[in-house]
Amino acid sequence: MKFVAVTSCPTGIAHTYMAAENLEQFGKAAGHDVQVETQGSAGSVPLSDDVIAAADGVIFAADLPVKGKERFAGKPFVDVGVKKAVHDGPGVIAAAVEAVESGGGASLEHIDAAGAEVKAAGASSTAAPGTKATGGQSVASRIKQYLMTGVSYMIPFVAAGGIMIAISFMLGGYKISTTTAADVINTFSPFSVQSWAGLFFVTGGAAFGFLVPVLSGFIAFAIADRPGIAPGFVGGTLAVATGAGFLGGLATGFIGGFIALYFSRLNVPKSIRGVMPVVVIPLIATFLTGLIMLIILGKPIKWLMDSLSSALLGMTGTAAIALGAILGLMMGFDLGGPINKVAYTFAITGLSAVALDESGANDPRLQIMAAVMAAGMTPPLGLALATVLRKRLFTEPEIENGKAAWILGASFITEGAIPFAAAAPLRVIPATMVGSAVTGALVMAFGNTLRAPHGGIWVVALISNPFLYLLAVAIGMVITAFGVVFLKGLGSKASAKAPSGVPVNA
Amino acid sequence: MTDLITPELVALDLVATDKADATRQLAKKLQAAGRVTDLEGFLADVAAREAQMATGMPGGIGLPHARSEHVTVPTLGLARVPGGVDFGAPDGPATLVFLIAAPAGGGSEHLTILAALARRLVRPAFRQTIIDAADEAAVASYVQSEVGS
Repeated sequence: MKFVAVTSCPTGIAHTYMAAENLEQFGKAAGHDVQVETQGSAGSVPLSDDVIAAADGVIFAADLPVKGKERFAGKPFVDVGVKKAVHDGPGVIAAAVEAVESGGGASLEHIDAAGAEVKAAGASSTAAPGTKATGGQSVASRIKQYLMTGVSYMIPFVAAGGIMIAISFMLGGYKISTTTAADVINTFSPFSVQSWAGLFFVTGGAAFGFLVPVLSGFIAFAIADRPGIAPGFVGGTLAVATGAGFLGGLATGFIGGFIALYFSRLNVPKSIRGVMPVVVIPLIATFLTGLIMLIILGKPIKWLMDSLSSALLGMTGTAAIALGAILGLMMGFDLGGPINKVAYTFAITGLSAVALDESGANDPRLQIMAAVMAAGMTPPLGLALATVLRKRLFTEPEIENGKAAWILGASFITEGAIPFAAAAPLRVIPATMVGSAVTGALVMAFGNTLRAPHGGIWVVALISNPFLYLLAVAIGMVITAFGVVFLKGLGSKASAKAPSGVPVNA
Repeated sequence: MTDLITPELVALDLVATDKADATRQLAKKLQAAGRVTDLEGFLADVAAREAQMATGMPGGIGLPHARSEHVTVPTLGLARVPGGVDFGAPDGPATLVFLIAAPAGGGSEHLTILAALARRLVRPAFRQTIIDAADEAAVASYVQSEVGS
């Protein structure tokens, strides 16, 4: 087998090198190739990426925090301390061999908190090189790393799916949203713009279907490594099925991940250790996640949606501007989740009723539709603007996502804001809520109406007073952007005061 | 570059009551050679390092060491202790004591030499050659040739 190892000790002149020599010599004696990075005071020559990639396992014989630990993410490892490597080279090599053979990322000596964190840090940095791996030990920074891992894997789906849906609206108008895969298969014609629009819509919709499962699945992966994948993805899919949206997906990611982590830390007989990560843990953790999602969380979410719907219906007499603000708050809260959906469904229901009544052009139900769409456009637009205004508050993948968010927001694809909201819900959601509420209220005040259920700026022809409408959207966008910048600024100041984490690369 | 070790820094038949005594006797040789400026200060630094983790190594080696501002050049003091002196190694007392003195600032060239030395220590042939050496000069020249420079 091939191993890579890191050795270090407090003084950095003796144990570091003795441990390194021991591991190399005893590794060779046992027929293994061991390459050591000595993080001592003579300066360390980093292991090359190729060597790390080729390694079957990792040996940490380090009494100091390992520099660049995230480079070894995902590989089986043993963490033994430098003394053991000096005194018992053969034992360490044997433990490392056993760790590789038992599979998974489990350490035989102990899986400590730092180990779990490595996986999180590593997963996010391999997924997105720009993601900051802070390496700090605090609970908050670890949660942040879990979230960023999920978000960085989700962004490709948001961008690909969202832009394809936007193109479909651009080409085919809002009516394209009734297209199904069967329609495309049966009627596709390369000379019909509608056909191409339908193809874009169905493909983009399929990509969007992965959004919450991928978010949930990779949060769980960051927490528990491979055993977290199944419970995370299944939990995310159930979050979609129960209408719990991305907030539900965040919950299932953490639930599935920590259940999987709990079981992978159990001390089990050696005979079944091999099947734990591939069979037993995914089975148990997935079942428990499903149980929690469907039985414990499903009912309250349904109840919440039902009571919000009836509350909205009871507000028919409410002043139009207040109703617009409330709908805006709902649109901006969970960005495609249950509360957003209630507001949107409320608007759509009104729209279809208007079509049946053949009522006048200024029907309030058409205004509600206009307000809901505008309020759903501001979150991605506002965040896109924020990434331009204050780059340093965002990670590199977020800045990239910000570019797609312009198109998504303009096309009323509120989900474009989810990557930002999932990474820092408490800093982003209040801002998107306020921005959307202002826009919703303004649209009601301006009296804009909309006869399409979807489409963003691509259905601007179906909006009355489009100039005022776009003004309302722009105001909400700016408010959202400034809100996010303000809230994120508070956060970054607070974290600057906290004791700084371990340097990843010194 | 100054040699890491010279014959004056080698003691062939050291008798020591404990590891502090062995370390002190070697440190005095370093002081006499002008490589340690303040004996007590240097010993305090070594003791501080020793308190973190015992430096008894497998194969009968005691390895007191420190980076200290009282050290002028990277230096190795070496003692054969036929009677053995306990350095806290699990496999018994040390019969070879290596006192490594590194300057606090220390360029990495010097430290590379010490790194090479540390790597040699785990090799049985290296230890055996020192044990079998005829005199101080033989020990010093062998060690010096092994760690290069």
